[in-house]
Amino acid sequence: MSSLSAGNLSAEPDHNSQPLLKLRGVVKIYPTATGGFQALKGIDLDVYAGEFVAIIGKSGAGKSTLVNMITGVDRLSAGEVWAGDVPVHQLNENQLARWRGCNVGIIYQSFYLMPTLSLLDNVILPMDMSGAYRGRKSVDRALELLRQVGLEEHAYKLPAAISGGQQQRVAIARALANDAALIVADEPTGRLDSLTAETIYEIFSGLVQAGKTIIMVTHDESLARRVSRCLYVADGEIIPCPVDKEIDKADG
Amino acid sequence: MADRNLPAAGAERSCGRNQKNLAAMIEMVNIFKVFKSPAGEFTVLKGIHACLYPGEFVSVVGRSGSGKSTLVNMLTGIDHPTSGSVRIMDTYPHAMSESRMAVWRGHNLGIVFQFFQLLPMLSLLENTLLPMDFCNRYPPAEREERAMQLLRLVGLEQHAHDLPTAISGGQQQSVAIARALANDPPIIVADEPTGNLDSRAAENVLGIFDSLVEAGKTVLMVTHDRSLAERTHRTLVISDGEFVDEIRRQG
Repeated sequence: MSSLSAGNLSAEPDHNSQPLLKLRGVVKIYPTATGGFQALKGIDLDVYAGEFVAIIGKSGAGKSTLVNMITGVDRLSAGEVWAGDVPVHQLNENQLARWRGCNVGIIYQSFYLMPTLSLLDNVILPMDMSGAYRGRKSVDRALELLRQVGLEEHAYKLPAAISGGQQQRVAIARALANDAALIVADEPTGRLDSLTAETIYEIFSGLVQAGKTIIMVTHDESLARRVSRCLYVADGEIIPCPVDKEIDKADG
Repeated sequence: MADRNLPAAGAERSCGRNQKNLAAMIEMVNIFKVFKSPAGEFTVLKGIHACLYPGEFVSVVGRSGSGKSTLVNMLTGIDHPTSGSVRIMDTYPHAMSESRMAVWRGHNLGIVFQFFQLLPMLSLLENTLLPMDFCNRYPPAEREERAMQLLRLVGLEQHAHDLPTAISGGQQQSVAIARALANDPPIIVADEPTGNLDSRAAENVLGIFDSLVEAGKTVLMVTHDRSLAERTHRTLVISDGEFVDEIRRQG
């Protein structure tokens, strides 16, 4: 794992260039029997290449909704999401799937590895779908990614043969398959013990140092405070993370 | 073939033919599994013998900790026996390298787990198609039609283009079964396939297994639910790492 070793996070994001991700006035309204529930109330956000952004907030605050707007898994009700020059909010389903497959690596709390495929095949899968790497090249690349997360020796095992923390490392390797610039992780350590969570954090830190941009939703505040930027979502709005004791106040 | 080798020395018993004069499809001979921990050695499987014949629907029941999942792991190659031999058709999978076993498994075993783990970004159709891309049994042009047929088989054709979040847990497990069938494996191994489902959804999954058996598949299902086990041809009861009872219901 030498190439992913953790270190300081001082890699300076370049604020002079265009943001990697730009949200403007993002609103999400879910229809309910009593009218509509406004899950996001006009979010503005710029994320620059090389940033490690943590998003915290109570459950129901809108964290996952926000992430779903960024990955295009869910549709926004109003506003704009730009990934570089790409208007994510205007893409149709097919365009979204293609854009996402090549430009965003997504990591979930529950790993979502295909249980009947080897770890190697799980990592090859996104390459296969995008066509970015084929044949022997995809195998070599997948083995290299598994090596980076320390699991090359297990390449041909099924997910059930390894631990949850190891499965999440495979999910990270899979998220890197097409060399996406942006990694979005929704509670990546939510089902892991604290020691394993630390390993995942170290891998993320190494990725940021290597130039990736990471947006991580987490309920682990101590983790959130160690990254380059911490955002707090409360009641559908976004603010910089309050200092420790002020969080209750921020929720009003 | 270089992959095949003979059963381990000490394999005292092997399977004969059944009443239909068929040779066993799966043969487990004298399987021991010992886990080593700082607290000492723990023997989870203590000399397991089992013979499964083509077209059988066999259940393995036992309490948690009885060794039933470990037993399944011996068949799927998730884990290796400490001693003893496993033969599946004409292959001794544990004699293969892991990479060859992965390929062999893709062709011959359909595995269904308690947790379905469908990929959330992909439609049910795409989830079902995926294993075909890793096993060149079906030409690319035929794959989508086959995936649709499999979704029809589990009653979800009309949801083919939905995402997994749009359907219930029971329906997701049905898709996982369709996915396990993608490469038309002759053997289905299911480890607590209904463990995460309510009884009606469990009933539906059993119905799918019944139709697979009717179509000639061999199904081994591990469950802690004895009422579901009663629906199978034969139940093996495992306790403390050994088969302690066998209940035959037909042929």
